[in-house]
Amino acid sequence: MTPMLSIADLDVRYGAIQAVRGVSLDVAEGEIVAVLGANGAGKTTTLKAAVGLVPATSGEIRFAGTAITGSDTEDIVMRGMTLVPEGRRVFPSLTVSENLRLGAATRRDAGEIARSRDEMLTLFPILAERANQAAGTLSGGQQQQLAIARALMSMPKLLLLDEPSLGLAPQVVDDIFDLILRLKARGLTILLVEQDAVAALDIADRAYVMANGRVVMSGSAAALRTSDEITHAYLGAAPEPPLESTGA
Amino acid sequence: MGYFLEQTGNALSLGGIYALLAIGLAVVYSILGLINFAHGTLMTLTGYILVFTAMAGLPFAIGAPVAVILVMASAVLLERIAFRPVRGASGATMLLTSFAVAVLLQLAFQLFISTRPQIVPLPAVLTTTLDLGGFAIGVNRIISVIVAIVVLVALNQFLKRTILGLAMRAAAEDFDVTRLMGIRANRVIATAFAISGLLAAVASVLWIAQRSSVDPMMGLIPVLKAFIATTLGGLGSLQGAVLGGILLGVIEIYLAAYLPDGALPYQGAISLGIVILVLIVRPQGLIGARKEAVK
Repeated sequence: MTPMLSIADLDVRYGAIQAVRGVSLDVAEGEIVAVLGANGAGKTTTLKAAVGLVPATSGEIRFAGTAITGSDTEDIVMRGMTLVPEGRRVFPSLTVSENLRLGAATRRDAGEIARSRDEMLTLFPILAERANQAAGTLSGGQQQQLAIARALMSMPKLLLLDEPSLGLAPQVVDDIFDLILRLKARGLTILLVEQDAVAALDIADRAYVMANGRVVMSGSAAALRTSDEITHAYLGAAPEPPLESTGA
Repeated sequence: MGYFLEQTGNALSLGGIYALLAIGLAVVYSILGLINFAHGTLMTLTGYILVFTAMAGLPFAIGAPVAVILVMASAVLLERIAFRPVRGASGATMLLTSFAVAVLLQLAFQLFISTRPQIVPLPAVLTTTLDLGGFAIGVNRIISVIVAIVVLVALNQFLKRTILGLAMRAAAEDFDVTRLMGIRANRVIATAFAISGLLAAVASVLWIAQRSSVDPMMGLIPVLKAFIATTLGGLGSLQGAVLGGILLGVIEIYLAAYLPDGALPYQGAISLGIVILVLIVRPQGLIGARKEAVK
């Protein structure tokens, strides 16, 4: 079967810096695939390249069988792939409702949009409570929920999540990961970038480990969980502080 | 008391025009980080279109909307031709580009039209004065205040109620994520320029309704004032632009009305001095917007 997302030999350069070197990865329909690795490993850049926010220097990206390398972000979102960026990036001065409304900007049917909105407010009750509040006044965990809900408003087939646990309290992180599992149960395909490898491997079907811009290991989540190499080389160290300014 | 009310009318009328111009600058700045000094040229262009529509025999009531529409289109065209190639470049590059556009168009006006002021024929009603029991106020000033309010309210509704308006506000906060919503960057930017063109044109019509002439340099000073107003209100903040514009108009008119004769030549210096004082206390402006430009 054609994978939903297929990245082949992707290179991304920022000026003199090569952030991603020959990365290949596949995500099949219905899977949760995790991309693990330390800061600066090239995880975020890989996601940004997938949605066209940074240009691929070389390589090919295919979504549901169609080459989308070099496509505009707007077109890629229209096709059904979207990204919840690192740091949540809700529109702070817009209300929760307005953020959700913008998430559905690619859709035309007002009735359908209203239905999706109600669905989101049921899925995330806190957002219903805060519907008319500025998004910037929400807590980190609530903003993460809003960012995910906003992305879901575009009815994606594939959701890319960049560090959804970053800066959140452990209990909130658990909630977010539960939510990701529920989204999978609803039929969504998910590509998840995480520094918290243990938590990510708990919910993922498969995972790739990146270091210095390359994929250094991949396999089923179960196999990676028990791999000594992983535990020692990439996952044992305490998570580094979030410094990724270029998102490399 | 009559004199005070009269001057207040003048102040609100001038402040309203500054506010329209200041928002026009702020809309573009908040999204692109571009301070568009060619904004004044759009004002001037509006004036010449009014001259030509009058020469073609069209009444002012038709010439004015025609001018507004043509100037909106010109603003969008300007973005396509001049600003799109430098999009994402440094603020200084974009600023210089806007100066270049302003100078080029100004020279074109001088060469192909005239360096001397051209008369804009106004309908008689605009030049009459209403006596409101104790004080008199020009019809043009009343209309100016009303039009400014209507345009500002309409703009506010657009930004709050329409998806494109929401996208404009979103893009001012986070351009990349706005694109992730599937909203075309070019569409948002073209809309920003269309709005700024609309505001420049409306402000120009109101400005000309009080002067009835246009020359190649006409837009320069009001847009400079509008730039001061946006800085005063908080660069990039639309509410700040309105507040700064009205405040600047009020300061200028009251100073002109109440300064002793000996101090009148220093009116400009004093009003700028007040602005500087405000900025020393609040460097981010009265309504402090975020510091960084988006793109």
